[in-house]
Amino acid sequence: MEKLPYLTERKSFVATRNACKLCAPLGASLVYKGIEGCVPLIHGSQGCATYIRRYIISHFREPVDIASSNFSEETTIFGGGGNLSVAINNVTNQYKPKVIGIASTCLSETIGEDVDGMIRDIRAKNSHDDVTLISASTPSYRGSHIDGFHTAVLAVVEKIAQKGDVDGGLNLFPGMISPADIRYLKEVLYQYGIENSLLPDYSDSLDNPTWDTYHRIPEGGTPISDIKKMGSAKASIEFGRLHGVAVDKHQCATASSWLEKNLEVPATILPLPIGVNLTDRFIDTLNSIYNIETPEYITKERGRLIDSYIDGHKYVFGKRVVVYGDEDFVVSMAAFLDEIGVEVILVASGGKNNTMKREIEALCPEKGSSTAVHDDIDFEHISEFCHDHTPDLLIGNSKGYYIARELEIPLIRVGFPVHDRFGGQRILHVGYRGAQQLYDTIVNAIIEQKQRLSPVGYKYI
Amino acid sequence: MIDILKERKKQVMTIGTDNQELVCDTKSTAGSVSQRACVFCGSRVVLYPIADALHLIHGPIGCAAYTWDIRGALSSGPQLHRLSFSTDLGEKDVVFGGEPKLYKALCELIDAYKPKAAFVYSTCIVGVIGDDVEAICKKVSLEKGLDVLPVMAEGFKGTKKDGYKAACLALSKLIGTDTEYVAPPFSINILGDFNLAGEYWMLNEYYKQMGVNIISCLTGDGRVDDIRKAHKASLNVVQCSGSMMSLAKEMKEKYGIPFIKVSYFGIEDMSDALYEVARFFDNKDFMDNARLLVSEQLQELIPALLPYKKDLAGKKAAIYVGGAFKAISLVKALRLIGMETTVVGSQTGNDDDYQLLKKLCDLGTIIVDDSNPNELSDFVKQTGAHLFIGGVKERPIAHKIGIGFCDHNHERKEALAGYEGMLNFAKEVHASVMSPVWKFIKK
Repeated sequence: MEKLPYLTERKSFVATRNACKLCAPLGASLVYKGIEGCVPLIHGSQGCATYIRRYIISHFREPVDIASSNFSEETTIFGGGGNLSVAINNVTNQYKPKVIGIASTCLSETIGEDVDGMIRDIRAKNSHDDVTLISASTPSYRGSHIDGFHTAVLAVVEKIAQKGDVDGGLNLFPGMISPADIRYLKEVLYQYGIENSLLPDYSDSLDNPTWDTYHRIPEGGTPISDIKKMGSAKASIEFGRLHGVAVDKHQCATASSWLEKNLEVPATILPLPIGVNLTDRFIDTLNSIYNIETPEYITKERGRLIDSYIDGHKYVFGKRVVVYGDEDFVVSMAAFLDEIGVEVILVASGGKNNTMKREIEALCPEKGSSTAVHDDIDFEHISEFCHDHTPDLLIGNSKGYYIARELEIPLIRVGFPVHDRFGGQRILHVGYRGAQQLYDTIVNAIIEQKQRLSPVGYKYI
Repeated sequence: MIDILKERKKQVMTIGTDNQELVCDTKSTAGSVSQRACVFCGSRVVLYPIADALHLIHGPIGCAAYTWDIRGALSSGPQLHRLSFSTDLGEKDVVFGGEPKLYKALCELIDAYKPKAAFVYSTCIVGVIGDDVEAICKKVSLEKGLDVLPVMAEGFKGTKKDGYKAACLALSKLIGTDTEYVAPPFSINILGDFNLAGEYWMLNEYYKQMGVNIISCLTGDGRVDDIRKAHKASLNVVQCSGSMMSLAKEMKEKYGIPFIKVSYFGIEDMSDALYEVARFFDNKDFMDNARLLVSEQLQELIPALLPYKKDLAGKKAAIYVGGAFKAISLVKALRLIGMETTVVGSQTGNDDDYQLLKKLCDLGTIIVDDSNPNELSDFVKQTGAHLFIGGVKERPIAHKIGIGFCDHNHERKEALAGYEGMLNFAKEVHASVMSPVWKFIKK
């Protein structure tokens, strides 16, 4: 058996070699899985739904039903309105959903399908009044999975949120994080006693206990009533999508900025709260919106985290690390690594984003100015960078395993997808507690590597 | 009462209760959450194991991302197939056409990776935006001096089966291009084994022991140059007939090579696969060698299976796999370890396979084509199955409702074919069915 092909010559390629991104409908499907009573429906070929299901299932190890409008050759020529209508009928009959979340695909967008128009036609026939139909435009050729994610969150809010009397609640848009992360954020808000609407919430629907009988739609998800009242919240906090700007017009709007602009709910957009500094920003924002002190429970968690930073600081200092994943995630992960003294030599994402460099410089005051930042990069380029710069550690999803294996360095598995380990849905990244878990994992990985390479089998460190 | 969509009622039957003719080979119903994939998927799984070819997926990124290095198809040499190449079409390409990008991508990759041939898969939007993939392939083929084969695999143009056909079409363009090769006597091709977890290596060893030479395996541990010689075989031995039948038929017509349908799962079918080849060559030595091999294998295997059989006797299984021919072997293999099959179905089975299943299975067995999670979970529950055999998408259905699971999909990493595979199968089924964790599930 030969090694995987590896090029020693450094050159750029028109083709993408081992993509470091996924397609937009996947992100939208995750969002729809986080709405109570919702069934995702992908408007395109059967394969899109099946591939995305398989990909999500292998990470969460949960049933993930995603319907397809199942394009055929005729559909592609004459349009998918009929198929969409049949699909909505069949999903409604089989699943009795409260919501059907429709995500378009490269195929349906390329032939110019007007899904909103189709929904209006279906509505005009007065069918399925009791089912909320949402559609997000998520062709695979525009942006990556994280764009699809944010596009769907925005689509849901635009469709459902309503203006009402300000009720003091908080809207929280957590971004694409793990079920464990969502549970943690809910716990923090509970400690604060803040009423909230959190969207999407797949903390139960993608991490359920076992069932007596098969549940067509898993429990959990943000209730429609919560989304409705988002227009009357006191404020919104949204994680990720720092830039708001950017590469193309479709990335401009986010759910919180839409609510601010249209329903006058003040928005704060923050990086994902990974590490002390970024979690502080989240906590400070909560404190200032509600004019209250941090609950002691959370202060103590922060204190323990800093205590551990001090205990382990020498092991991580100066370690050279490569971080890869979606844009929201890598920026915050780099900030966390920077604050513990790790030298992040590369921040890499397959998504297109021309503000990442600026964000890294702003959020990584220690070493950020010397960090290489690459958007629109694939795994083969990351691999070549790693061969040239020999990092001590990789941090990212399972797909970079082959690079870590080749270089015989540890890979800390975080983010999505984690396909070669159990518990991807239970990895905690955010908040002080998430930083604690990440920190312990990283320090221990470094110690383990040191032990592995040492001729002496020390069992006392 | 099991809730079956009205469009799907004719795709489900129960032996002895409603002996209706099962309808199969149809397009999936919109909105039914089919477990099937698409044309692209069919072509990709068949061609993927060809290890020294470049596989370039022409389209937006999804199709390439979801099929990157997921199959357990092993190569004893080059590993080029395990890299995922995509033209990663963006909005501009969709508006102005993807041909220039495809041309450049192909040339660069061929120069850098020096493959023996290239397969270019066209995905959903390629035809819609007007790219002439065949013309680009032809052009690059002439310029670079190697076969660049278009695989017309637009997802919506049929079912996964049509993808198998598209793959076979690409393969048939390679077959016969080595005109100088002289095959040793008694040479065969293996069609439809993908060397998952090294299964083809075991088969190769068996046939070698018999005295039979394998020219080419399509496509497990596949090499372009071996495929070019495949027309020189005396016999095609076809497993996974769903994927490879069209190629076997074409080779019979074009080169006069007869074919037999076999399966390598379970003792009976595995042994038959050896005997039938010996019978075909009408060669006493081969038959003697095959008998010796089988008896040696069984002497070890049968006692090794006993402890598992003892525990598993009377347990029930549900099967839902890609092709129905594999399901037939699984029913037999389960019997060998004392288990009965209560539900059996497939994504893409054909009428012949389903007729065989009807004959083979016991009264009360449910047979289903192109099922979905709702139906499957209901069938499993209704028949009280202890085990589900399927792929990644079926696993959480089984686990969620508290029954065991055995992965028999093309992503598996355990060899399940051959005699060693039968023991692995028994071990895996046993490990799942007998685990104490089910005691925590309320029944």
